[in-house]
Amino acid sequence: MRRGLRRNLTAYGFLCGALICFAFFSWYPMVREVLLSFQKTNFVDEPTWVGWDNFLTVIEDSAFAGAWLNTVTFTGLALLVGFIVPFVAAIVLNELRHAQAYLRFVVYLPVMLPPAVVVLLFKWFYDPGSGLFNQALGVVGIPGLSWLDSTDTALISLVIVSTWMNLGTGTLIYLAALQSIPSDLYEAAELDGAGLFKRVWHVTIPQTRLILMVMLMLQIVATMQVFIEPYLLTGGGPENGTVTVAYLMYQYAFNFGNFGAGGALGLMLMLVLMVFSVFYLRLSREEQN
Amino acid sequence: MPNVTVEPSPPATRAARGLESPSRARKRRSGRTTTREFRGVVSPHTLTTRRGRVLYWTVLILVVTSFTAAFVFPLYWMITGALKSPEELAQIPPTFFPTAFDFGVYAEAWELLDLGLFLRNTVLYAGGAWLLTLAFDVSAAYALSKLRPVLGKLVLGLMLATLMIPPMVILLPAYLTAKELPILGWDLLNTPWAIWLPAVANGFFVFLLKRFFDSIPRELIEAAQIDGASPFRILWSIVLPVSRPILGVVSILSVINVWKDFIWPLLVLPDQEKMSISVGIASLSAQLPQNVLLAALVIASIPTIVVFFIFQRSIMAGLTAGSLKG
Repeated sequence: MRRGLRRNLTAYGFLCGALICFAFFSWYPMVREVLLSFQKTNFVDEPTWVGWDNFLTVIEDSAFAGAWLNTVTFTGLALLVGFIVPFVAAIVLNELRHAQAYLRFVVYLPVMLPPAVVVLLFKWFYDPGSGLFNQALGVVGIPGLSWLDSTDTALISLVIVSTWMNLGTGTLIYLAALQSIPSDLYEAAELDGAGLFKRVWHVTIPQTRLILMVMLMLQIVATMQVFIEPYLLTGGGPENGTVTVAYLMYQYAFNFGNFGAGGALGLMLMLVLMVFSVFYLRLSREEQN
Repeated sequence: MPNVTVEPSPPATRAARGLESPSRARKRRSGRTTTREFRGVVSPHTLTTRRGRVLYWTVLILVVTSFTAAFVFPLYWMITGALKSPEELAQIPPTFFPTAFDFGVYAEAWELLDLGLFLRNTVLYAGGAWLLTLAFDVSAAYALSKLRPVLGKLVLGLMLATLMIPPMVILLPAYLTAKELPILGWDLLNTPWAIWLPAVANGFFVFLLKRFFDSIPRELIEAAQIDGASPFRILWSIVLPVSRPILGVVSILSVINVWKDFIWPLLVLPDQEKMSISVGIASLSAQLPQNVLLAALVIASIPTIVVFFIFQRSIMAGLTAGSLKG
């Protein structure tokens, strides 16, 4: 009994540092997030309970629907490229016997750069006059685009930056998964007369199905939180064409001083992302078994 | 019966054919992969045919050029862009090589933005976060794995549950917490603690460390206990020395996380004197000539690229460990 108590005290002594940090910066903010969205507060007086008012404020805002539409479109477009290209790249890389180390290094390089650096670099690339993209188009003889300044291309421009700096993660994870596929499966498929694409379809994809699903969920959750791209590239413009949910949340809190509305929007985002997180959790459990 | 074998002949080993990439060969020699011969979608036989080889080399060259164009060229354009004068930058068609190699712009960026200060700040934030993460998360994972206190499972569950919370959605309450710490009432804004303490609250690190500690044989610990070693002594002289690989992964990830982070330091370190390099450059970017800004971006990229060069193995290990978390 005595010894048990001592053991527990020692254990909690070891735990206390981490416990304090988790309590202050993970668990408490979680609770506070819920409180925040049902309160009105000016940080001087006691906060008052306002029921669903914050949610109504957010929903009635003309930017609300647009922000969700932008976020979903952004995520959809980012996945279209960001999910498929890394898988194809990994399959191709997996076949190469040369330059592997170089290719892996290079594909992961953008992931290592600070996102702010990448975004500011692309801001220059998008410059209608001196930017790389329009100059490259000019060399081929195609008239330049206005990229970030036009509602047609602004969101896509953000997708390009975000995809460029994140492709490497998926590629290397898929590559690791591909290397664990037993080679007799391919040999058997080959004996059955399966061609290259059939082998990919019937062996590679089923064998990597779980990791693909896990990554899909992770990517959805990550891309739906998009913030830095609109913050640094467009400031939400043109005509609110690139206001995302996370950016709108930031604006409520830090531009309009309305933390209640920001909190309500954050809570909505959380509920949506939770769906994917739960899927992810179930999939990764399944994967480990 | 004629000896017609339908079994494919064992694929000649790649090393023997000189086709194996050095990294893979090293891996196999060190026994990290199974002894089974590796192959992908393409049949090894195809590669021995003339057509197969031509195709292989075409694909290889295509992949190498396109990867270089997509991922290296933008960086080249950034580095050389910094060396061009604003007039040269605006020129159409652009110059592929800068007309003059004047590295003075890098010095100008360094002085104008006070990059030395931003870099020192970032080193302070990342270094402190690294030390605190190692101290707190390692001891927590050790307690949960080896000392197994009452409610340990619940604590672990709560820590892992934080993996399900997207960081962006608790941004506002976390900011308010840093602004006025509950109970204590401290204002952590503009202090390194605002970066350090949240960096420790990382469920993924606890998960990685605990899983590794779980794999350390009990007998090793029990033998030390019989010898009368204290729990701290056991952690220090038995657990830590065998945990180097995972400590490496956690260290590198914790430093990179802080180094790359943008929105959190943007909120909690509003003083220009205290800004991290990313936030500092971004906040001043609008007032700078393009070439000076580019030089600043290059300087901000160098540390991460150097770190990547040196710690590539740990970084990649952390990446694949990351895909299996849950």
